[in-house]
This record gives sequence, structure tokens and C-alpha cells, in this order.
Amino acid sequence: MTTDRAPVGVPFRFARWLLVRSAGALFVLWAVATLTFFAIRLIPGDPAEAILGGPGSQASDEALAAVRAEYGLDQPLAVQYLAALGRLATGDLGTSYSLRTSVSTLLAEQLPGTMLLAALSLSVAWMLALALATWSTRGGRVPAAVGAGLEVVAAALPHFWIAIVLILVFSTGLGWFPPISTAGPAGLVLPVVTLALPLAGFLGSIMRESLLDALEAPFALSARARGESELGVRLVHALRHAALPAIGLSGWAFGFLISGAVVVETIFARPGLGRTLLTAVTARDIPLVIGVVLVVAAAYIVLTVLTDAASRLADPRLRAA
Amino acid sequence: MSAAGATGADPVLRVENLTVGFGASGAAVVEGVSFTVAAGECLALVGESGSGKSVTARSILGLAGARSWQRADAVELSERDLRSLSEREWRSVRGRNVGLILQDALASLDPLRPVGREIADALRLHTRLSPAARAARVHELLRSVGMPEPELRVKQRSGELSGGLRQRALIASAIALDPGLLIADEPTTALDTTVQARILDLLAEQKESGTAVLLISHDLAVVSRVADRVAVLREGRIIETGPTDRVLRNPEEPYTRRLIGAVPTGRPRGERLSVPVGSAPGGSAQRARPAAPVPARATTPRDAVALSVRNVTVRFRGPNGSTRLAVDSASVDLHTGTTLGLVGESGSGKTTLARLALGLIAPDAGEVRVGGEPWNPLAEKHRRPVRARVGAVYQDSLASFDPRLSVEAILTDAATGGARRGSPARSGAADRVRELLDSVGLPAGVLPARPLNLSGGQRQRVAIARALAPRPDILICDEPVSALDVSVQAQVLDLLDELQERHGLSYLFISHDLGVVAHMADRIAVMSEGRIVEMADTDRILAAPQHPFTRRLLDASPRL
Repeated sequence: MTTDRAPVGVPFRFARWLLVRSAGALFVLWAVATLTFFAIRLIPGDPAEAILGGPGSQASDEALAAVRAEYGLDQPLAVQYLAALGRLATGDLGTSYSLRTSVSTLLAEQLPGTMLLAALSLSVAWMLALALATWSTRGGRVPAAVGAGLEVVAAALPHFWIAIVLILVFSTGLGWFPPISTAGPAGLVLPVVTLALPLAGFLGSIMRESLLDALEAPFALSARARGESELGVRLVHALRHAALPAIGLSGWAFGFLISGAVVVETIFARPGLGRTLLTAVTARDIPLVIGVVLVVAAAYIVLTVLTDAASRLADPRLRAA
Repeated sequence: MSAAGATGADPVLRVENLTVGFGASGAAVVEGVSFTVAAGECLALVGESGSGKSVTARSILGLAGARSWQRADAVELSERDLRSLSEREWRSVRGRNVGLILQDALASLDPLRPVGREIADALRLHTRLSPAARAARVHELLRSVGMPEPELRVKQRSGELSGGLRQRALIASAIALDPGLLIADEPTTALDTTVQARILDLLAEQKESGTAVLLISHDLAVVSRVADRVAVLREGRIIETGPTDRVLRNPEEPYTRRLIGAVPTGRPRGERLSVPVGSAPGGSAQRARPAAPVPARATTPRDAVALSVRNVTVRFRGPNGSTRLAVDSASVDLHTGTTLGLVGESGSGKTTLARLALGLIAPDAGEVRVGGEPWNPLAEKHRRPVRARVGAVYQDSLASFDPRLSVEAILTDAATGGARRGSPARSGAADRVRELLDSVGLPAGVLPARPLNLSGGQRQRVAIARALAPRPDILICDEPVSALDVSVQAQVLDLLDELQERHGLSYLFISHDLGVVAHMADRIAVMSEGRIVEMADTDRILAAPQHPFTRRLLDASPRL
């Protein structure tokens, strides 16, 4: 084929990719901040009241006016929005209305716990999904039916239901794990299992499908004809093919885990971003809500890039394209 | 049927009375098949799809599938009984004593792994060679199969290699341990003619060096190039067997005669390929061309140009900003009521040219005219009223149908230009649909069927009926028979010929198969790397090819 123009160099391509990615990330962060800023105004109630300790505090009109002036809440909405955006642009997340501490400090305290929870849940979900997919495709009608059934049921279970059943069985009943998430590994088990089960159902059904395709593929027949064992066909060839779509979905899975963390952290009384977000929304704590949402969005962006990189690592065909 | 035995030499493979079936109570798909292959000999199992060729080959490796069952009086490899092997023993036989080459190495080598690793796997499984020794042996193997720059190729994946090179890599992985028996299951089916010729040479080399080769193919012409003996399979039974020359020149069975008669290569234009139902089998039905031109042809002078492509160029942009010329200032004329054959290898720009002719993509330069009127480039708004003049038949007709629609819905849509249900335009459609089915030789019984439930040949007939529904003057046929068995292909080619005569149609007939094109076309245009390198009357192209590429194509084209 005739090539009119030489392909551009690799370093330039990488720089362009980075530029496009960063611009996209900035746009997403701006959009998230804007949406959150306006969405939280839709909650009925007065933010000034929230700052003074909520509707029950019976603050005087003078106190409310003073607070409004101090926080700029008496300004038009557009001015407030631009001011908030200006502060965010300089990296200032502001001060929490309800907790009177810097939002950055609060986030720094809450972030590691939630990230640990999400990362552990993702790993456990992957292991469960892999085990289930491998077992249910080893042949025979019973494992296939059981595998498919388990996946559908697991994927359909809501987090709050799993959490309650787990607490009833393993804390109240058997007493193996604490019902509230204490510090230390034992306190993590039930929250992690709660988050991992539905995700394992999703990932497992995707993996099983692609594993079956790969085991039937001509290259698997070639490998068997070369003298490769069934185990070898799986380890050397099929599992890698089976993992590809699940890797691509892991970025999405992280978002699923964070939204699950709101429920799970609340039920297990575990400190973290999810619970912070819930209390911040109820208290109309605008800076804290925006802060949490921004951090989650940023983490989501980073994870999407990481999944992209992982996909490229696992599938060399993507690197060439 | 007695065993197809080679005289004298001890057979490497001896199969006696092999029967294979699927499912606990399933009927046998291979029944009582017996044959032998000796060292340095090539036996070809020939048959149409569903005849049981591949199942036979896979049962010899114990790989017919988990749900299969088989019995045989003997399956012996170098006098070792294969019928009672344990899974562990099977694994030591596969790869070491028998090598398997499948169709299309793009899918038959793991697309995620470098070909070097795939080839080395056979060595890893059966020898105690160190990784360095394995790498050295892989290089040696790649050189022996004629792979250029083996040091570079070992690191590439099947998707990064051309069709010919990856097929060589697949062969290298099958012969890594120098097995006594090589099974090649349609080893050249997805390949261009010139590449196919080289791969067949490579198989012949293996045979010369003393390997027993079991070649599985649907293509009699391919078989005739390498096989010493042929066994013809039909519905799971070997119906005829003998030396290749004897079977091809002097077939005993009517079915074999019909198969051979269906091969279009070297058959003059207008000669019928398929035997009409009910006629004497094997009768060479020479169809006389009508003396008087059919009415449609009489109304337009024969040298009128139906479709004219003038200096068109199409550029495709690559992901990294590079551009590629898919079609490079190509010009062809399709005369009214005739067939222009367009032949070339994959990637030469044939399909892009077809899409231009259909007005699906706009050219970067040049223009396409239909009946002298502007056609492409042209705003779709102006083209739509005359769209009905140009129809299309594709290779994969299944993919071109909405799987939820019945044949009746497909044809009604096509005949009424997609008019809504209940609109007056649809009222007279039923008669037209019957007429269309009639003209492509399908019974009215297929109307409620969905495309998935039709055979390949029936499906292609429905596709042709759909193309004819808006009463076009021109049909663009892009590889219309490439996915079909040779006997079905013969019927479809005959049908296209018949329709051309009856309706005075003009065909742009695209194929990678020079044999098919030469049988169908009045004129042939040869395409290579986006350019039309040669265009002339079919007889002249065949008798005196001018361009070296055309000569190469002719030389490589397998014939009986």
C-alpha cells in the first residue's frame, strides 16, 4: 500500500495522548463540580441554617444574615458559582459548613479507608469471578448451570440486603466477625464481601462467556493438537482472552463500588468517603459534598487510565493500533 | 468400499471402518470410513461442507469433541493402536507423531501471543530443550518454511503477519517435532491464489521429505496439485477413491462427476456448471446462447456504457495520521448487458471500488457515472431517486439480512422500497415477491423462513432476489460465491448467467478467484495495490496476459 505521510513519532504520539487525556479529565472535573453545585441547591432548606447547626438550632435572623454575608450566600447564584469555581481552580476546596474543618483535611482522613475497601472488594470480586468461571466451564451440564445461576443471583443482590444477612449470620449468629467495622482486618471482612458479591456475579458471567469462546476457538484446537493439556490450554491461552473484557469493565466496577460504599459504610458504621458524603448531603454541606464528589471523580478518571493501560498490557493488539 | 490402500509401503496411518457421531443417541456423521496414508504420500479427503471431512481428521487426533463418540475396527498410527489411548498418552502423540494445520492462522494461532512462542510450545511440551535451544530451533523451523526475516517474525503475532506468512508460521508449529503424519484441514482456504500456490508447494515439500500428509479440502483444484490419491466423501461415507489423476479425469461415481463438473476454472463463458435437477447425471449440458439478443438487450446498443468509473482515487486515513491509497486513479467501463470481472488479491481495493460504484463512499478524486448520468460524487438526495438502478449481492448474505425478518418480509421491503406495513405501495407486493422467488428458483415454501434456517445456497438466492426486487440495470456482485460449496457455487453462477440473459443485466463481478471470474466475465479488469493494471477481453487476458501480476495470478490459479 502506498503511504503518503510517514507515521508520527512515538514520543509525540504519547504527548498528544497525554494532552487529550488531561483536557478530558479537566472537563469531567469541571462538569462534576458544576452539576454538584447546582444539584445540591435543589435540596429544600437554607444553607445558612445548616452552617449554624441545622434547622433545629433556631438561630436568630441577625446571626443568619451575618453567616450569609460571611459565606457570600447573599450574592446571586451565578456569582456564588463563579467564586466557588475560582476557589476550586486554585486548589482550595474550602471549609466544611458542618464540621468547621478544611475539606482537604477531612478528605485526606477519609479517602484511604474507602480506597482500601474498594481495592479489596475489586480483588475479591476478581478472584471469585475467576474461580467461578473456571469451575463452571470445566465441562458437564451441572457446573455450567450452577455457575450461570450463581452469577445471576449474585449480580442481582442489593448491597443493603447482603449486608444485613451477613451481619445476622456471621455476627449475631456465629459471632465470627464484628457487626460494625472496627479497625483491623476482621472488621473489613463483611463490608468487603458485601461489595464484592454482586460485582463477582457481573464479572463472572462476562468471564465465563469469553472463556467458553476461547476454549472453542481454533487456536485452542491448535494448542490441543500440539499436545497441550486442558489445563495448559486454559493457563497459556484461554484465561488471558477471558480476562480482557473483565479488565475493560474494571474502571466501571470501581464506580459501582464507590456508590456501594455509601450504603456499606453506613450500615457497618465504617468511616469513609461514602458515609462522609451521606452526612454532608443531609447537612447541605456544599463544600464537603463538592469535595467528596470531585475526589471520587478524580479517582474514577485515574482508574479509567489504569484500566486502559492494563488492557493494553494484556492485549498487545491494542498497543499496535 | 474397500480400504483405500497404497500398494507396497507400510501405512503410517491406517483407519478401518471408522464411525463417529455426536450426542448419546445422535446419528453418525462419519460412517464406516476406511483409508490408509503411507510415508511420503498425500491422501486428500474431498467433500462438501457437512460431508464429515473435518470430523474424520479430528477423530484421528482424539479431538472430535467432548460430546462425540466413535468406533472403528482399527485406527493405527505406525502400527500403534490409537483407540484405547489415555488422555496422557494422547497428549504425547499429538504434536509429536501427528501435526495439525488448520484453516486461517489468524484464528488458529493465539492472536495474543507471538508466533515464536506458539511454535516453541510444541518443543516445550515434548522435549527437554533449554529455552535458548528452543529459540534456535524455532528460527530453523521458520527458515525451513520459507519465512523471511525469522528473527523479526518470531516476536510478531498472527494479526501482524500477512495471510501467507502466518500460515507458514502455523505449518512451522505443526512440523516442529517432525511428526510422521501431517493433517492439513483446509490449509489454504482463506488465502489468495498466489499465496495458496506457495503454501501448497510447502506441503508438497513435506511430503517429499517422507511425511505422510492427510489433506482435507473442498477444493478439487487444490487437491489436484499435491494429492497422490483422492477419497471423495459424501454424507459421511467414502464413495470413491483412487489415484488423483484417475479420479479427476475419469470419475466413476455420478456425484464425483457432478463435483468436477461444477468447477468453473477453464470452462468457457456461458457453459452450464450445475446439472439441472432431473437430467441425466454427468451429461455435459452445453447451453446454447440464444441466437437473437433478448429484448432488453436489443433496446440498448451493446456498446452503451452502463457504469463508468473515471480516474477515481480513494484515500483512507490511518490512526496515526498516515494515509493509504485504497484506490489509485482507477478507470473501468461496464458495458450494458455484459459482465465486467474484477479480480485481485485481498487488500487490492476491489471492495472499495464496489462501494464507490454503489455510491456508498465518495471518491477523493474522479467520478462514477451510471448510464451517462452523474452518480458519485453526488448528494444522496439526488441519488436516491435513481438508487434502484444499481443493486448489490454480497459474499456473506447472512450478515446482510436482518435475522428477525422472514424471507417474505425481506423481499417485500426490497420490492416496495421499504414502504410501511399497510401502505398502498405494499398491496401488489405479494405477486412481485412470488415472481422474484420464481426467477431465482426458490419454492414459495421458503417465504416464512428466516435467513438463519436456510442453506447457504438458498440464502444467496434470496440475496439475489432482493437485489433484483427494485428492477436494477446493474448488479454489483462482491465475491457472491466465495462462501459456497463448489456445487452450490455452480448453481448460483448458472443462475446469475440466466438472469443476465433474461433481464439484460450488467454485472460488475468481483472475485479473488480468477477461475470464477474467467467463467463469468466478458471483460476482466485486474487490480493490484489500488490500480487497474490490466483490462481486456477475457480471452485475451487468459491467452496473452500483459502485466506480470496478471501472469502470476494465472500461473498460481489451480486448475484440474
